Amino acid sequence: MTLTDTIQLSFKTVMSYRIRSLLIIIAMALGVAAVVVLTALGDGARLYVVNQFSSIGTNLLVVMPGRAETSGAFPGAVLGQTPRDLTLKDAQLLGRLPQVKRYAPLNVGEAELSAANRLRQVTVLGSNAELIPIRHMKLAQGSFLTQGSAHSAQIVLGAKLAHEFFPRNNAIGQRVRLGENRFLVSGVLTPQGESMGYNTDEIVIIPVEHAQSLFNTTSLFRILVEAKSHNAIESAKKAMLETLKQSHDGEEDTTVITQDAILETFDRILHALTLAVAGIAAISLIVAGILVMNVMLVAVNQRTSEIGLLKAIGARSADIRHLFFAEALWLSLTGAVIGFLLGQVGSLVLRLAYPQLPAWAPVWASLSGILVALITGILASMLPANRAARLDAVQALGKK
Amino acid sequence: MIHLTGITRIFHMGDQTIRALDNVDLSIQNGEYVSIMGPSGSGKSTLLNVIGLLDRPDSGQYQLDGKMVTDLSEPEQARIRREKVGFVFQSFHLVPRLTAAENIELPLILGDVAPKARKSRVDEALHAFDLYDRAQHRPSELSGGQRQRVAIARATIMQPTAILADEPTGNLDHQIGAEVMGLLENLHESGTTLLVVTHDRELGNRAHRQLIMRDGKILTDKNI
Ligand SMILES: Nc1ncnc2c1ncn2[C@@H]1O[C@H](COP(=O)(O)OP(=O)(O)OP(=O)(O)O)[C@@H](O)[C@H]1O
Ligand SMILES: [Mg+2]
Repeated sequence: MTLTDTIQLSFKTVMSYRIRSLLIIIAMALGVAAVVVLTALGDGARLYVVNQFSSIGTNLLVVMPGRAETSGAFPGAVLGQTPRDLTLKDAQLLGRLPQVKRYAPLNVGEAELSAANRLRQVTVLGSNAELIPIRHMKLAQGSFLTQGSAHSAQIVLGAKLAHEFFPRNNAIGQRVRLGENRFLVSGVLTPQGESMGYNTDEIVIIPVEHAQSLFNTTSLFRILVEAKSHNAIESAKKAMLETLKQSHDGEEDTTVITQDAILETFDRILHALTLAVAGIAAISLIVAGILVMNVMLVAVNQRTSEIGLLKAIGARSADIRHLFFAEALWLSLTGAVIGFLLGQVGSLVLRLAYPQLPAWAPVWASLSGILVALITGILASMLPANRAARLDAVQALGKK
Repeated sequence: MIHLTGITRIFHMGDQTIRALDNVDLSIQNGEYVSIMGPSGSGKSTLLNVIGLLDRPDSGQYQLDGKMVTDLSEPEQARIRREKVGFVFQSFHLVPRLTAAENIELPLILGDVAPKARKSRVDEALHAFDLYDRAQHRPSELSGGQRQRVAIARATIMQPTAILADEPTGNLDHQIGAEVMGLLENLHESGTTLLVVTHDRELGNRAHRQLIMRDGKILTDKNI
């Protein structure tokens, strides 16, 4: 019996047991669709987080006071010391390192912004001119601390604040009051929306010295550093730690985290999550495989006398085996293809419902979903096909 | 030519052993018309199944057209079934999902005949057995006589040297049964060996040679 004939004849069989075939195909399809949609969701979430995190800067390093020890607290704490604060001088030292492209000291606090008979609480970032490029922010209008005006009382308003306080006229050049101090609006940020916990549309940026006097502090909250290139990140980190150690009298009391390392960690965790979810979805494929096996065993029973007849008119055992095999393959292949398409539609719906979520099923997931469906189908049909092939012809013919 | 020597087929039912064929010797020349009769359980079907290579004897030797076929492998025996013998059963044994034409085509598919040649041979057979207007009907839409005609068309489509019919008229009324026997006898006339198992004395007497079996043995073997 030729391959084409085997395929055609088994197709006829599949088509003539419509309801049975439909149920198996649906079971298979749902399994594959689950793999596709769930991995699309998982990978979409991964990409979303990675994108969010990439958007806050490039080749970014963040310096924080205190030492993050896996074993517990800062070691100096035992000796009654507290970690030394980060200072503007530390930031300037870091800025001189050859691996560093630019740096921005950072103070964060809350203050009351008032102007034009309005008053509201805002988040205040104190920094230098570099903060804006380092954090991938953009000015819609004006400037911030351009050369020559390095320490003047300038303020940059988030897009929403600018619109709230000065709905009619241009915000640039207007005077505002932040706490007790007066500032001149020098720039307005482009609307960016939420990013890593801040809504940048509702912040203000002032020079770091002014922020320190506003919050009555001499220390920095963070220092943001941009390395010259991706390759320079590691050596920058080392040089920065060394510089800070020297400036802090040999004490290693600061922590430098790289955007890259965090990104990688997120990427790894979310990738593992996607894999786990795919694995769980694949279990439904195994269940579908068991269903195929059951249905094929019933089919062998139902068609026993037919198998006897086929043998009587000259079918070899191998022909019978191939016929049942092909039948199971039809069912699982059709189920897999429909499931794949269903999964693609599901991912599309996800993307339409959540436009920020790049919910595309990874190729490996789609392929392995289809492959697992086929393999379980094949494995599941082996036992029934062999049983059919081994039937005694005379006894099979005698069965009703 | 069919040549059996010392063929024995034993079945075990619990601790009972049944000699369905007990040391049977038999020779049948090509083109003979033989009827096999005998009480129920005497081994008629078993004899036919052994001759058609559907069943293997426990001992004895079987030569078909001068070739020893007892010890052939399973695929080789399948090939002989395909090419040299055609079975006709009491209960027709048509595949219910397939049309009359597709049922007739089955042995050609199993024999790797090319689709084009298949079509013309099936058409011929449909004409020969007056089934042309029933070609696309499924077995459930056919009368008993029509079903048996489809079965005979299927049994002859590979042009076998022998037709083995096991009570081919058992499920048909007298007149339709006689018509079906007529068709089988036509095949015999054109040179095919014809072996018919029957309980009907009248039909049994139409053959040229009659075997009567009892308890797995051939009791009488006479030419009529
Ligand atoms: N698979 C089997 N297992 C056990 N015993 C069997 C089997 N097949 C046949 N027999 C026994 O072998 C003997 C011969 O059976 P066979 O079918 O050849 O008889 P038969 O002459 O065709 O009878 P009938 O006229 O009823 O068809 C019977 O006693 C039967 O019970
Ligand atoms: Mg019988």
